[in-house]
Amino acid sequence: MTDITVNRRAFLTSTGALVVTLASAEFAEASHPTVTARPPLKGDQLSSYITIEPDGTVVAYYGKIDGGQGLGTAIAQMVAEEIDVAYERVRVVMGDSALTLDMGGASAAIGVSHGGTMLRRTAAETRRLLIEMASEKLGVPARELGVTDGVIHTADKAKRVTYAELVGGRYLDRAVKWNGRLSNGLQVEVQAPLKKPADFRIIGQSLPRKDLPGKVFGTLDMVNDVRLPGMLHARMVRPTVAGAVPVQVDEGSISHIPGAKVVRIKDLLAVVAEKEWNAVKAARALKVTWSESKPDFPGHEKLFEHIRKAPIVKREFQRQNGNFEEGIKQAVRIVEGDYEFPTQSHASMGPACAVADVRDGEATIWTSTQKPYDSAYCVAELLGLPKEKVRAIWMFGTGSYGRNEQGDATADAAVLSKHLGRPVRVQYMRHEALAWDPKGTASINRSRAGLDANGKVIAYENISKAFSRLDNNTRESRAADVLAGQLTGLPLNRGESFEIPVASYTFEHGRLGWETIPPLMERASPLRSTHLRDPYGPPILFGSESFIDELAAATNADPVDFRLQYLKHPRDRDAVRIAAESYGWQKRPSPANDQKDKDVAIGRGIAFRRHFTTFIALIAEVRVHRRSGKLDLLRYVCAHDVGMIVNPDTLKHVIDRQLVYGTSRAMVEEVRFDANMVTSVDWESYPVMHMDGLPEKIDIVLIRRPEEPPSGAAEMALGLVPAAIGNAVFDATGVRLRRVPFTPERVKAALERA
Amino acid sequence: MAQVTLTVDGRARTLDIDDPDMPLLYALRDDLGLNNPRFGCGLGQCGACTVQIDGKAVRSCMTPVSSVKDRKITTLAGIGTPEKPHPVQAAWIEEQVNQCGYCISGWILTAVELLERHPKPTDAQIKDAFNDLICRCGTHGAALKAVKRASQQA
Repeated sequence: MTDITVNRRAFLTSTGALVVTLASAEFAEASHPTVTARPPLKGDQLSSYITIEPDGTVVAYYGKIDGGQGLGTAIAQMVAEEIDVAYERVRVVMGDSALTLDMGGASAAIGVSHGGTMLRRTAAETRRLLIEMASEKLGVPARELGVTDGVIHTADKAKRVTYAELVGGRYLDRAVKWNGRLSNGLQVEVQAPLKKPADFRIIGQSLPRKDLPGKVFGTLDMVNDVRLPGMLHARMVRPTVAGAVPVQVDEGSISHIPGAKVVRIKDLLAVVAEKEWNAVKAARALKVTWSESKPDFPGHEKLFEHIRKAPIVKREFQRQNGNFEEGIKQAVRIVEGDYEFPTQSHASMGPACAVADVRDGEATIWTSTQKPYDSAYCVAELLGLPKEKVRAIWMFGTGSYGRNEQGDATADAAVLSKHLGRPVRVQYMRHEALAWDPKGTASINRSRAGLDANGKVIAYENISKAFSRLDNNTRESRAADVLAGQLTGLPLNRGESFEIPVASYTFEHGRLGWETIPPLMERASPLRSTHLRDPYGPPILFGSESFIDELAAATNADPVDFRLQYLKHPRDRDAVRIAAESYGWQKRPSPANDQKDKDVAIGRGIAFRRHFTTFIALIAEVRVHRRSGKLDLLRYVCAHDVGMIVNPDTLKHVIDRQLVYGTSRAMVEEVRFDANMVTSVDWESYPVMHMDGLPEKIDIVLIRRPEEPPSGAAEMALGLVPAAIGNAVFDATGVRLRRVPFTPERVKAALERA
Repeated sequence: MAQVTLTVDGRARTLDIDDPDMPLLYALRDDLGLNNPRFGCGLGQCGACTVQIDGKAVRSCMTPVSSVKDRKITTLAGIGTPEKPHPVQAAWIEEQVNQCGYCISGWILTAVELLERHPKPTDAQIKDAFNDLICRCGTHGAALKAVKRASQQA
């Protein structure tokens, strides 16, 4: 924002006092100034969060996005609640960098807990200021005024004024207390208190999703549907051997395709055409001589062998209590368990699509990335533009489930548009999305525990050995984080890190850590790592929660009882207890000992986690066909405590859908690759769960704690699916599954080995 | 360059095509500016591009545009509106099925065809009809419920 308006707020910010204290302000000055133009978009400005339109519509500016889980609706409910208008009267603007502050885009399932809370606060503050304005206007003390659907009135309704009359079409020029940070770190504080749960009218209601009619009737535009005058369609051209770069490009090979043209910028290669189909055909027809490249990937079959043998680049114990080394020495019995989790793809329903229009020293990008702001910063760096000259407009699009290839496509579109001087739409193809999306990295999770003579766990260790999750520095805010940057020679920006489980269990001596190994390929790797939905939850919890089950079995304890023995936090304990009660859990150690000779055996398994302040236990009931290795998923019971619930039905849907998604990752998904390249490039070679893999019954039990702050729900339950199923298989058969996915071949092999 | 007339959602539309093998999907999206059939795989494996041709759910990414002239093409937007929803659309909203919604044409148009064939389908029939569709958000169970709801209301 280059416009400087000289007013009180601009003065304060330009002198660096980003934190504006209003504690003493009874606003004696020309009280509540309103302005005709929206003040600059800054964190310390109330109108950056909430405005009122001439017809009384309340607009909430949400610097995150709705990836399909109903956040737009939840935000509208929270804002309507705090500002006291009908839910229908709230419009939510999401992820437009010219209109909404950078609140981090979609990230870590904090859409409600972080972004929602900031908008609740600023909505409450707007209401407070409007009541003060009404008080002056009506000549009635503020405490004698109430609000009903945007109308401020006296108790007898004799005197009244609407929000629209007070400020509609103008903007409150008011400062709020901002911590000076953007993205996930943005915090804003206000004078107005939030409503108490007992007073909620809209929060807690299962209102229908605002976005669904447009989707169901086929009228909602997605990013794929952006069409600009003069827009060219582009397709990227990528090598079939990772690391190869174009040496020679035979432009004549596409001369028969109307309007088709090659674009080559260093090692980035694309074709463009006026008509989309001609771009598709040109990408297929283009003859390219690629450089010799020998990536020498280990192949997916030998990946875990590779990880075991690979040198450790960095090792870190992120959490320690007591002294593990001393504790394990005192043990009379040691239990150890390794668990392997494969490389997985985001495998979005639609391959990435983005549109960019770069001209006159400015750029506009239309994108459905989860991180539109980061994408804009990345594009600014790639194009050499100041940040404020790049506008990112987020639009609905395919679900991305993390940092998929959308950030790459957006950067490609921007680079091509700048080069061509015309708007460009990039649509990745199916093979490109599966081969070239940044991947959820493979890992081996190993646990070790020491028991004393009474069978008590006195020492516990959990370590993941894995590729670093920071090949892309996890986001897409830097040019080096996207393929376009890597193919045009920018220096890489790697980091070394993995993740650990939350230490809910109270063992006397414990340590949780990770070890990273070198990447398989430094630059423009199809196996580069990044966050995939519930980053590191499924791989780590598959290991840690299967291992907890091993410990229960080793001590002949019931798996629920065993967990309760070491869980002390009441919300941890409630989640486990309520899941067990809802399922009808019969207490006994695993495995069930009466199914040994049966071809078909049924078992139940539980897995638990705490993530932030979300507490979840999942029980799976599974039928195992010993001869074929096929697993039938009979029932899931999920007890879920997210604190305050904004929209119970939508929350249940979010949990239900993600348990199905998690089932796909547990049962079938694995990126395949050979020495040269990813080979799982369509829905047959990268299979995902179809209708025939659907669990027969999913019961979700919401634990209601309206007084607790809301936490997140968008990805926390899915990480429990692999361990819950694996533990159920152990209960049925006495055999541990140690590698995801649980394909029939692999289950059969595990049963035969035992 | 040849001219092809397509009847889409009840409207006859004429377009110039330079390749008779161009998939119908590109004619609908690129030439006619329709949005709801979506590109998912281009391989007939996922269903995101589904439209109805003469009442049958068809993958438009695998259907040459020259093969559908004089036939009735219906997209998701052509089966109902908010004011007059198709019973399947109404059920989809009642059950709040979708998350991202990118796959929706395949699921709803397949459900419409199924209910015309089997007005009271069994769970097995529904699962069978849906089994070659993909949804990455995990709406499978919700879609099953929605079809049952639609069949009860029909």
